[in-house]
Amino acid sequence: MATAATVQAPPLRRIPIIPVLQAEAMAASRPYVANATVQESIGFPGKLVDDWHGVALAKMAELLGKYRSLPVFLDACVHCGACTDKCHYFLGTRDPLNMPVARQELMRSVYRRHFTLAGKLFPWLVGARDLTRETLDQWYTYYNQCSECRRCSVFCPYGIDTAEITMAGREILDAVGLGQKYSNEIIGKVHRIGNNLGLPGPALRNTLEGLEEDVKEDTGVEVRYPLDQKGAEVLLVTPSADFFAEPHVDSLIGYGKVFHAAGIAWTLSSYASEAGNFGMFIGNYEQLRKIALRIREAALELGVKRIVVGECGHAWRVAYSFWNTLVGIGAGGKDPFAVQLQSQLDGRFRQPMHICELTWDLIERGALKFDKEANDRHVVTFHDSCNVARASGMGDQFGGQFEIPRNIIRAVANHFVEMSPETTRERTFCCGGGGGLLSDELLDLRVKGALPRMEALQQVVDSHGVNFMATICAICKAQFTKVLPYYGFKMSMVGGVHQLVSAAIRLK
Amino acid sequence: MSIASYLFAAVFYAATAVFVAGLGGKIVQYARTSAPLKIPTTPAPTTRAGVGLRMAREVVLFESLFKANLWIWLFGWLFHAALVLVLLRHLRYFLEPVWSWVLWVQPFGILAALAMVAGLAGLWARRFLVERIRYISAPSDHLMLALLLLIAASGLTMKFVVHTDIVAVKTFFLGLLHFELQPLPADPALYVHLGLVCALLFVFPFSKLLHAPGLFFSPTRNQVDNPRQARHLAPWAARLEAER
Repeated sequence: MATAATVQAPPLRRIPIIPVLQAEAMAASRPYVANATVQESIGFPGKLVDDWHGVALAKMAELLGKYRSLPVFLDACVHCGACTDKCHYFLGTRDPLNMPVARQELMRSVYRRHFTLAGKLFPWLVGARDLTRETLDQWYTYYNQCSECRRCSVFCPYGIDTAEITMAGREILDAVGLGQKYSNEIIGKVHRIGNNLGLPGPALRNTLEGLEEDVKEDTGVEVRYPLDQKGAEVLLVTPSADFFAEPHVDSLIGYGKVFHAAGIAWTLSSYASEAGNFGMFIGNYEQLRKIALRIREAALELGVKRIVVGECGHAWRVAYSFWNTLVGIGAGGKDPFAVQLQSQLDGRFRQPMHICELTWDLIERGALKFDKEANDRHVVTFHDSCNVARASGMGDQFGGQFEIPRNIIRAVANHFVEMSPETTRERTFCCGGGGGLLSDELLDLRVKGALPRMEALQQVVDSHGVNFMATICAICKAQFTKVLPYYGFKMSMVGGVHQLVSAAIRLK
Repeated sequence: MSIASYLFAAVFYAATAVFVAGLGGKIVQYARTSAPLKIPTTPAPTTRAGVGLRMAREVVLFESLFKANLWIWLFGWLFHAALVLVLLRHLRYFLEPVWSWVLWVQPFGILAALAMVAGLAGLWARRFLVERIRYISAPSDHLMLALLLLIAASGLTMKFVVHTDIVAVKTFFLGLLHFELQPLPADPALYVHLGLVCALLFVFPFSKLLHAPGLFFSPTRNQVDNPRQARHLAPWAARLEAER
């Protein structure tokens, strides 16, 4: 396991790049295995079960019947190679098993052996393998080197999404008792305390009061950061990192200023004080749903008319793409479960709404005024976060998730520069820390996985003097803060879009 | 009538049966399995018609592959487009009278056969020349290319080297269609060609050739991006709500 002292950033390469393979380069990179307490608290076996072989295959059979993506993706791959140079972890580590197709093949080989005629009759011919203890360990290693960023799915001629395979892999590993400590511990905390960081209600209230004082001191204006306010118009659900981490908190301050300037009554909830949903990372539908239910319950309890989500990539995927399915936050539901909430929410607004959609709507209506010079010390670029870019949308226009954050930046700052089009929008590179990999023992992987983004950043630093990379994801912010110094950049170079909004907004 | 004629007739019926039943079974399996979550790769179309257009671009132009890698796209698209023309050309062996546009396709079919060989050769060369693709190639990947190349080569042999009695071949196939067995010309090239085509039909439902139906069922490509406007709920997921 790499310690911080031994971790080194690979040298930046000349673009374009033809990567050379380096077998087993990352064979030793694995996150800590969750202990029995962590596992059992969320309903998984505490240690590797005796009949892991049978349990794993039974789970795989169950998933093959529940998720169409799985049989289709496992059958359809022709090994064409389109995805082989698309994964940031492969580009950064050169480990061939980090090529999306090879990562899928770890499961596909077992699927072929145990679930298909060709693999049962001629395993050597079609690359089928028995499920052995070694295979299981390899799954643990390499399904924890995928950030589920879906970049490969953009380029696959059949739309094969390795994230779906990784999620199934982690789901099977959880079922046999090989859970990943970082993710599963966090899921336990959400259930017990209400957020990923384990910040209890009173501490949260304290923090928010502190913010109010800070903003008052800074601006002379009494901007409120309310908690559990019944009857508020908007419930804001944001990643808990926004409450205390740098630079996250600067965006939270920005959301509050936007609500204040627009005169919208809003509230946070101590019960649903987390937008993140690590149930997605481990591919577990029940966890995904159970965590999302907290937001439904908070919305019903507080009687809000709108639900708005803060700057968080995977949370926005879950909110935009899954909430309506999971817990009926959205529109168009005809069943009593969905109707109960949907009749309370204001149908004139998109439900749920991204904070960037809210802010941009207000800007378009002329409801917000800015002093753009406040951001003149920044030459800004924008890092598209994978889950926002490739797994969700914003606004009513095709590709709104790309334009709206950029529009906001242009409205609040004078200097904006794009990174290489090969590395932005739907082709954006993951920060290297997504998908439940934002854990210290994986630092080596995280630094290497950030390589493609760092190369693109270096280009605009050299050509345009970029000194600020804005992004709308809590994981991106935390990851970059940690890895930027390894590449010789300042950690303060990364920040939120609403951090820029916060600096420029005019308050009354 | 020769034993070979009976044998080929039997094998053709069996291969067709396996192909239809196997492929049909897979399609039913895909269609019946739910996609519980909205997972289109975005930005994605927000209407059914838009999805139809996206799918059409994938099927006809290989849009995603074009974004990924121009060489693979070139060889892959060349092969598939040529295969379509070649298959259309072959319709004349199964139709009496032959439709006029099938006659019109004939000369293009010949060119297409050559293009098909070029495309396959390019795809195969990549499996040797590109390290990453060499790494992911299984024996079956090579065999599949060999099978397709041999089918094309044996077909071209009959066109350009040793002619076979194609009128008799057509009589044989029309006979198969009407369940009245007719003799098949005893030509080695023809035997190779037809034998390998039967092999292709046999392996289709059990191999990576399932990418053909798979694409149409791929949730990242065939889902409408409207999760906030419409509630998308799988039957097994709906039961979770009843259990509350």
